[in-house]
Amino acid sequence: MRIKINKGLDISLKGGLTDYAPARTVMPSVCAVTPDDFPGFVPKPAVREGDSVKVGSVVLFDKLHPEVKLVSPMSGKVKAIVRGERRKIERVVIEADGTDEVLRYDVSKPSVQLLAEAGLLARMRRRPFDIVPDPAVRPRDIFVTAFDSAPLAMPLTAQLGPDAPAVLARAVKALSTMTDGKVYISHNADWTLGDIPGAEMVEVTGKHPAGNVGVQIANIAPVNKGDNLWALDVATLYKIGRLLADGVYDPATVVAVVGPRVLNPVAIKTIEGAPIADLTAGNLDTSHGTLRVISGNVLTGTAVSTADDGFLRYPYRQITVIDEGDHADEFLGWASLSPSKLSASRALPFSRLRKAFSPDARIQGGQRAMIMSGQYDKMVPMDIMTEYLLKAIIARNIDDMEALGIYEIAPEDVALAEFADTSKLPLQKIVRDGLDYLRKEIE
Amino acid sequence: MKALRKLLDRAKPNFRPGGKFSALESVFDGFETFLFTPNTTSARTGAVHIHDSIDSKRTMIIVVLALMPCFLFGIYNTGYQHWLACGEATRPFWPMVLYGLLAILPRVALTYIVGLGIEFIVAQIRREEIQEGFLVTGILIPMICPIETPLWMLCVATAFSVIFVKEVFGGTGYNIFNVALVARAVLFFSYPAQMSGDKAFVATGTALGYGPVAPDGFTCATPLGQIATGDGTQLALTGVDGQALSWWDAFVGLIPGSFGETSVICIIIGAIILIGCGIASWKIILSGVAGGLVMGFIAHACQTPLYPASMLTAFDQLLYGGFAFAIVFMATDPVTAARTETGKWIYGFLVGVIAVLIRTYNNGYPEGAMLAVLLMNAFAPLIDWCVVNANIRRRRARFTAK
Repeated sequence: MRIKINKGLDISLKGGLTDYAPARTVMPSVCAVTPDDFPGFVPKPAVREGDSVKVGSVVLFDKLHPEVKLVSPMSGKVKAIVRGERRKIERVVIEADGTDEVLRYDVSKPSVQLLAEAGLLARMRRRPFDIVPDPAVRPRDIFVTAFDSAPLAMPLTAQLGPDAPAVLARAVKALSTMTDGKVYISHNADWTLGDIPGAEMVEVTGKHPAGNVGVQIANIAPVNKGDNLWALDVATLYKIGRLLADGVYDPATVVAVVGPRVLNPVAIKTIEGAPIADLTAGNLDTSHGTLRVISGNVLTGTAVSTADDGFLRYPYRQITVIDEGDHADEFLGWASLSPSKLSASRALPFSRLRKAFSPDARIQGGQRAMIMSGQYDKMVPMDIMTEYLLKAIIARNIDDMEALGIYEIAPEDVALAEFADTSKLPLQKIVRDGLDYLRKEIE
Repeated sequence: MKALRKLLDRAKPNFRPGGKFSALESVFDGFETFLFTPNTTSARTGAVHIHDSIDSKRTMIIVVLALMPCFLFGIYNTGYQHWLACGEATRPFWPMVLYGLLAILPRVALTYIVGLGIEFIVAQIRREEIQEGFLVTGILIPMICPIETPLWMLCVATAFSVIFVKEVFGGTGYNIFNVALVARAVLFFSYPAQMSGDKAFVATGTALGYGPVAPDGFTCATPLGQIATGDGTQLALTGVDGQALSWWDAFVGLIPGSFGETSVICIIIGAIILIGCGIASWKIILSGVAGGLVMGFIAHACQTPLYPASMLTAFDQLLYGGFAFAIVFMATDPVTAARTETGKWIYGFLVGVIAVLIRTYNNGYPEGAMLAVLLMNAFAPLIDWCVVNANIRRRRARFTAK
């Protein structure tokens, strides 16, 4: 199957990778599991401070579905369970003890329970609602995205080992027993691994957000009311295959350290939840003022600290560094003709002269009501009236939300619209709040 | 700029709640954000980290920029028509421009003072940022009114329109009707004698004491006014000096009419700026022109002396009166126009059709563009509702087919 995505935008930033092969390996002495990365997962600690854990040991489980777990990427001791306001668990920090103990799972019978136990179900997302799937509900179909179209993203295939075709086939075989539908793998033209047996291969062309699994679902087999789908990326699929092959959890990941304020864009092999400082040390260009270090891409990532409380966040594969810009004091910025201003709008015609940009984190204006029309639709390649859906969400009108397709959308699908929005509205937050509200109301 | 920034930073605490001038917080904030792009940065999680450099200020300023050719031409044409009316033998360029400038400046200044004054007060009451919408409205209102409209009327209409058409609905982005057009409609229906007919469209007195004075009892109607009041047997349009007017005069714009609406060339330049910058919808403009042409063609094909405007060709319909200006600058207001892409085609087309329909088949109103846009403003949500419903039905069909 082939799909062409006609809408969207590729934002071109400075500081991209040229070589995706990891230049070095960083084995950190601490790492952290951050439950906030897993929407819908209500964390309960399975360990106490000082407990010993192996690679793959449970550290957190879901209060609502106790069989869904988050596991340790490192063997060592639980150094701290950091809690925030109202004792909410912010992260579990694990300190290496020099041993290399690995928890072995019984993989003789691949099942949803095994994936949940090994922390791999938590890495999937259920559509609708964009939350960690409920292991008790059989998905209609399973969608795997094999490419990341976000700004400065490294190809997802960089996460795969040389044995990828066989490992992926093994994972697909296991997953297809968990659904009555199909397992779709959507890839772009750079895919070199051929057809994975058992999976429905879909070639997707187009600009970002073509790599978003939600966009792919909407263009392959859209989500209907009452549906339950699983969405994951090919790196998770590979980990599933490795779990089934080796019986152990594979915490390795390759992180692209990129962005306009990185001195030398580099790919680093490390483990999930590694400290940001270890990955960025000596590689940040601080000569321009405050930096914003983002775990993830500039559209959907999370700003993290480079001090000892900053850790790599799910999906553990990119760190983007840009200017914070909080002291920019730009005079008459609205009148600027500078070609260095990043914009998708023709109202800044000179932006066309530049190939790559170095934007800062400013909102670049003030928040307004929705004034311009049609802006969102250009950035959301789904059969959805984005503006009307957002208005229904803001109004908390459940009937309209359902009618306008809230089940098909996830926050990341409107990220590009949020970027382009003249009115500077927080669209991803609106969608996330709407999904949470709806879930609470109907479940 | 550093000094200015420091000055603002020093003054800022006085304008914060509890400060000496806390009642002017919104005004200060408005000026500060006008001078310096806000340093507010994106949320650290759950939001995008970079934003497009376009903002509401940029959008509005481009519309004002697109209006400038019409505005400058209006200055010249006001002086030019006045010189013709005075029967002067020579028409010196700079005095005419100066006259036009002196005639329009008080109007622009007053609408801005009244409108922005209200905006500032409302923003302060709501403790919101000042919104930019009135930057455009404030210059549009004097441009779409006859030059002889008394100043106090402009103020009354501006105040009425800003308060009852925009602010009571929630401010920029929430209004149903185009604010500038309602200001004109208020004047049109409240003071028809001053707003239409043969005395309003050519300046007769001096402008702030400058320039010659037209002879007593001078009158000259706009071309559409002449058609509407004619007996319908012939179509002889004349200018202020009694010379015949051709379509070329209307295209260039050297004819009597509201201040900014006469020159189709300047309107086309404005349209190119708006479409080129992606601010106005080309769909609305294109379908509006198509609608005007279709209706103009039908009217001309069934021409009858009963409705003299039907004697104009479809092409003439586009050139005379406020049609072109309304299609490019009024119908495309994104807040009051249809917001769906399919809806824009329907909305624009109907604006064009209804503008020509009213002007042709209602002899009481020589111009129909204003009423057409206002009418379609009222219908735009319905058009959008139908388009959105098609999407909803598609989704429902998919669900039930399962």
